[in-house]
Amino acid sequence: MTITRRPFETDTDERELTFVGKSPTRIDGLEKVSGAARYVDDFDFGPDLLFAEIVEAPHAHALIKRIDTARAEAVPGVVKVVTGADFPFGFGLYMKDRFVFAQDRVRFVGEQVAAVVARDEGIAKRAAKLVEVEYEVLPPVFDPVFAATEEAPLLHPDLADYPHVPWFFPHEGTNIAHWRKTRKGDVEEGFAEADLVLEDTYEVPRYAHCAIEPHVVVSLYDRAGRLTMWSASQSPYTQRHVIAEALAPLGLTHQQIRVITPYVGGGFGGKAGVSMEIMGAALATAVQGHPVKLRFTREQEFYNTYQRQGLKARIKVGVKNDGTILAVEHTMHWDAGAYVEYGANVVNAAGLSASGPYRVPNIKIDALCVYTNLPPGGPYRGFGYSEFNFGLESHMDRIARRLGMDPVAFRRKNAIVEGDTLAYGEKMNPSGLLECIDKVAAAIDWGTKETSDDPHKVVGKGFALMWKAPAMPPNASSSSFLKFNEDGSINVTVSGMELGQGYLTVMAQIVAEVLSVPPEKIRIETPDTDRNPYEWQTVASHVTWGCGQAVEAAAVEAREKIFEVVHRVHGYEEDSLFLRNEAVRCATDPDFELPLRDFVIAGLETDDGSYRGGPIVGSGMFMPEFTSAKSDPETSQGGHPNVHYTVGAAGVVLEIDRQTGKMHIRKTALAVDAGKAINPDLVIGQIVGGLVQGLATVLYEDMRWGEDGRLLNPTFTDYKIPTSLDIPDEIIPIIVEVPQPDGPFGARGVGEHTMIPAAPMIANAVEDALGIRITSMPVTAEKVALSLWEGEA
Amino acid sequence: MKLPITMIVNGETWPLDVEPNEVLLDVIRNRVGAKGAKIGCERGDCGTCTVLFDGRSIRSCLMLAVEADGHEIITVEGIPENGVLSNLQDLFISHNSFQCGFCAPGIVLGAHELLRDNPNPSRHDVQHALAGNLCRCTGYEPILDAVMAAAEEARS
Ligand code: FES
Ligand code: FES
Repeated sequence: MTITRRPFETDTDERELTFVGKSPTRIDGLEKVSGAARYVDDFDFGPDLLFAEIVEAPHAHALIKRIDTARAEAVPGVVKVVTGADFPFGFGLYMKDRFVFAQDRVRFVGEQVAAVVARDEGIAKRAAKLVEVEYEVLPPVFDPVFAATEEAPLLHPDLADYPHVPWFFPHEGTNIAHWRKTRKGDVEEGFAEADLVLEDTYEVPRYAHCAIEPHVVVSLYDRAGRLTMWSASQSPYTQRHVIAEALAPLGLTHQQIRVITPYVGGGFGGKAGVSMEIMGAALATAVQGHPVKLRFTREQEFYNTYQRQGLKARIKVGVKNDGTILAVEHTMHWDAGAYVEYGANVVNAAGLSASGPYRVPNIKIDALCVYTNLPPGGPYRGFGYSEFNFGLESHMDRIARRLGMDPVAFRRKNAIVEGDTLAYGEKMNPSGLLECIDKVAAAIDWGTKETSDDPHKVVGKGFALMWKAPAMPPNASSSSFLKFNEDGSINVTVSGMELGQGYLTVMAQIVAEVLSVPPEKIRIETPDTDRNPYEWQTVASHVTWGCGQAVEAAAVEAREKIFEVVHRVHGYEEDSLFLRNEAVRCATDPDFELPLRDFVIAGLETDDGSYRGGPIVGSGMFMPEFTSAKSDPETSQGGHPNVHYTVGAAGVVLEIDRQTGKMHIRKTALAVDAGKAINPDLVIGQIVGGLVQGLATVLYEDMRWGEDGRLLNPTFTDYKIPTSLDIPDEIIPIIVEVPQPDGPFGARGVGEHTMIPAAPMIANAVEDALGIRITSMPVTAEKVALSLWEGEA
Repeated sequence: MKLPITMIVNGETWPLDVEPNEVLLDVIRNRVGAKGAKIGCERGDCGTCTVLFDGRSIRSCLMLAVEADGHEIITVEGIPENGVLSNLQDLFISHNSFQCGFCAPGIVLGAHELLRDNPNPSRHDVQHALAGNLCRCTGYEPILDAVMAAAEEARS
């Protein structure tokens, strides 16, 4: 069912909640600390398991002239060698611009050209080196601004032929795969009326997700023609769908494909959609009857899974002397990489929201998704918002300082509030942004200067806002099944993924609240598309909000069935019945108490010895029926692309060594408006984990590229992610709760948001401390020291 | 040419024939079936493959199986005693210390070793001891909190 009667909408505040808003420990905690939790690579597949190794392109841009697989095929133990000719199939989530294996052209260093399947990993690796590929090298292009010009080499001559969603606007004959234009008011008028106009450019490089579990997929195309995949994925159903569409010429259908997704060792967007998994599916069809494992090395993890896209942004903002923002113009060239089937939607999301969480009467946003010869860009926690927010929140700080205004007061004055008009014409949802600002400012003693005892060290404070909406197709949906067991415990099936965020626990709490059964008696299995009902994907920070509504609906349906059978047997009005402590109670008969375990399977016995009822099950579904991606392509006015925004603020107290540039975080605070924190401790987990991941992008992580487009540091030795020694002295998580009217118990998503304000807050603190403004990420110690020396020279 | 070795894994004796170049991590996972040790980088950077080798934490991706001949290995599966989780494991659960959990086995072992050798660690000691175990999800705070709580409980 879908929820037509919102059971808690009116009485959330008055009603005492038993399980929601509390912090029961994670339902997957025991499995994870005991080693019982199984990830894809932990399953055994028997002696006929085969191993695949990929043959990769050594050039960033080249035509494939010839592939000779004979020497590889001759190696004993090699079962099969395949090339693009075996699978001439395009695929893609939002735009079909990608291929299972390269066809006539390679577009980034590391692109898959062929694959060897062998009886063991060593043989596969050795044989892959023997595949001979002859290339004609073409000029590559790496800079997105140049790539968008007509002089740039053209990477996708067939762009016009790629099927894509209707809200993308590719520019044929160029490298611009999508151009999102958003126009509100008239920016030129706004700038003309402004007392101060500031314009500058900001640069954000690429980043790697670095989930600790590498991508892995095991695929079995059995002798009956069924394809089963065990996949480390955030998106079991989307994988099934994209693979079924792409491999339809081989006779595969949705029904013949089964995707099983056990626990996944971190995703952060990197395991969303379909990337390497489609190779696994294709290879399985080539070795029917044998399971085949494709596991990426850490190096491949860096250069041939989605990366976070790079961005070159030009920002122009006009303000009145009193601090009122009049106009924002934001032009973004996104380095989207070789294929944009997913990444173009990141660009699209940014193109709708890059004016930030501000009330702005005149807005002009251009978001250009540009092909380059770097690895495919894609979803990464923050989905474009982290990237544009670096420039935007740096810029807002500078404007406040120029005006002689306090940067927090400036933000407070312009902060978006409920009912304000968004860039695309819709109204802003309820929002606790002002509360977030005030609480963070208080937490870091904003306005009080701090010093260091060390004469070489200075201390600065930085502040930044953030917002983000889930970026989803208008029909992205969720569903859930629920069944009782004989002892009154419950099994729930969903197809959202437990990525670590605590989704399973939160779903259990929602069911617990509706059915009065404690979360530890609720079992929720990870997805299997043959058994669990549909979920679009676990991305966009939408599963608490969206799948939560489906799960709530399933629980409500089960509750109604319970009341109905009790009514039939005991005669009480259904409206008078309620659940408490795993039993049915009645408002009009305080003595009535019927334990669920007595009848949820067996039914209720009547006076004549016959039974009523039977196994109680519930189902629920949810689709955001009010959204639409249909809008004017020149202005983005007219649609309703986003369901709502989650907002927040963050601040930092940063100590900097003037001699080395080394930065040390004394204190940082982040407030996020969760609507309703269904499990506050898990929300805090998202705040702390996301903030540290965001801080890593600004302080430590730094991809280095060779001139030939090769990633030079695809290891944790050289691409530094934080260790336990690299964390702030103090992190202050702050939860604000202004309910989302349509969210389960008022909840909205918070997972991605917590990394979005990290980078600009550091850049702002550096300026506060040293008076220097760094406009490109990362803001490493090296960069700070060099800027200081330059200033002093 | 296979070499016969004998190792003790979680208290059980395992006679095995291994290739000279077989990596200990692969043997533990694929031959012994202790899947708690995970593959994260295969070059010593991430710590997911941590096991205790004669009581000391090592990265099993950097060791050959032949080197384990005659030695004792403990994986996360071997930490509970008589089927009862260690107090540290219980505290990791009650602190919601892990999210995706992929780093958990390595961190359980690293923290176990630390508390055994230094029952009274400072928070900085814990940070140091776990600096070789990468966690991308948690920001480490809830992990450190649980280890400190375990140390405190052991003292009281
Ligand atoms: S797998 Fe051994 S340290 Fe990463
Ligand atoms: S909990 Fe995911 S890597 Fe540590």
